Amino acid sequence: MNTLKDRCAIVGVGETKYTRDSGRTELSMAVEAAKNAIADAGLTTADIDGMVRFTADSTSHSELAAGLGIPWLRYYSELGPLGGAACGLVAQAALAVSHGMANNVLVFRSVNGRSGQRYGSGVVTTRRGQKGSAFTEPYGLLVPGQSSALRIRRHMHEFGTTVRQLGAVCVTFRKHACMNPRAIMHGRPITLEDYETSKMFFDPLRIFDCALEADGACAFVVSSAEAAADMKQPPVLISNATQCMPAEQGRSERGWDDSGGARMAPELFGGAGITPQDIDVIGFYDHFSPVIITKLEDYGFCPRGEGGPFVEEGRIEAGAELPVNTSGGHLSEAYMQGMNQIIEVVRQLRHRSYAQVEDAEFGLVDSGDGSGALVLRR
Amino acid sequence: MTTANFPLPIPNLDNQVFWDNCREHRLVLRRCNDCQESFHPPKPTCPLCSSENLEWVASEGKGKVYTYTITRQPVNPAFRERLPWGIVDVELTEGVHMISNLVDLDPEQIEIGMDVEVVFERVSEEITLPKFRAV
Repeated sequence: MNTLKDRCAIVGVGETKYTRDSGRTELSMAVEAAKNAIADAGLTTADIDGMVRFTADSTSHSELAAGLGIPWLRYYSELGPLGGAACGLVAQAALAVSHGMANNVLVFRSVNGRSGQRYGSGVVTTRRGQKGSAFTEPYGLLVPGQSSALRIRRHMHEFGTTVRQLGAVCVTFRKHACMNPRAIMHGRPITLEDYETSKMFFDPLRIFDCALEADGACAFVVSSAEAAADMKQPPVLISNATQCMPAEQGRSERGWDDSGGARMAPELFGGAGITPQDIDVIGFYDHFSPVIITKLEDYGFCPRGEGGPFVEEGRIEAGAELPVNTSGGHLSEAYMQGMNQIIEVVRQLRHRSYAQVEDAEFGLVDSGDGSGALVLRR
Repeated sequence: MTTANFPLPIPNLDNQVFWDNCREHRLVLRRCNDCQESFHPPKPTCPLCSSENLEWVASEGKGKVYTYTITRQPVNPAFRERLPWGIVDVELTEGVHMISNLVDLDPEQIEIGMDVEVVFERVSEEITLPKFRAV
């Protein structure tokens, strides 16, 4: 039973500018995004009494509390691993609020992901040569893009998925970025031909298939639905939030074709009292383009093996039947580890996106492979 | 010595026997005596049924390429001298999967379904890596 259903809301969202070289510390960006989110909600920093963060973040709860002039937090928490945290943090914030541990919980992420340490370089690993990675890293399997390539190559083999279908995802998200002035790739449209002639990284994945490493910060505030009703913005209710953890798999074990979306979907949609057909807009965690194709299948938006044709037919574009990543996503807005997808879906449900989906009522957001998802509603 | 710049395995008590056997050019797998399944990488309990009743069994060392990728950009200094770099997921006849590389083959020739067999590549005094070649 989903006891969280519609009890809490995302009441304010904030960001810094997304750039390739912020020239600022992560703490300074975290403060700016947090202040923007708090002001967006019509609250003051004194109203914030809870805080949750990415374990991977360099900014601690106490540093950000001090940065905001908050003397004391009644609730704090944090979540790893990197790509899996964003939706689970919303679950933690909603749990804390719905159980009276805090009234207004700030969720934040701040990272110099382009000018600082770049995740795509393979230098950020925690178990170099040890435990499971002893069986992958010695073979040169060092960065997440290689794993994504291994997975989609098999999908291509089994279902006839094509590189042009991956290209369709990239071109679509770039088109969305061109509608969104905040996107790093705003004003830089690409064609399928540009895609097909771009630099190959992890064959069959090209540079455009990979998340756009970026500097920036995102934050939002979670409060009770009751309080939200009297706040500045139209409340965006949290109809369901999952925080899941698949057992270690993939890589050198079985499971290349098993992602978490299929496991989460029944509980996620059921708990929100809806079906996939009720979803109007999606924010998928697109660290690499292939996941868009497989997630559409996993969450039940199309049959298994038909994600490629689904995207190639233009069905995930703004204005089409199921718009995905309408801000440009990680591929073309900025790689903010899922936080910018949450913010964009909140904007959609407030009916204030640059690529607005008409009458959007229900939104789906997810985190990295199978680690959490949200159903948000207007 | 082609993998000198990639991280080398640091054996632990759960997989030391695997690496000891590789040094002797034997590929071994963990097999569960309760559910009869083999698995890899080696772990202290069966990932399918959690049993601790495990044994080491010799693998036939034969399988097929299940999937592959070719790295074409030096995303990390370790790749600088060795592009294009092929990585394969081999499905062994025992049903387990193993990440590896194919030796003596232009990466452009890798195909899904290709029959392969294990070979051993000594990379340090302690470590010999199982790799595969097309057959």
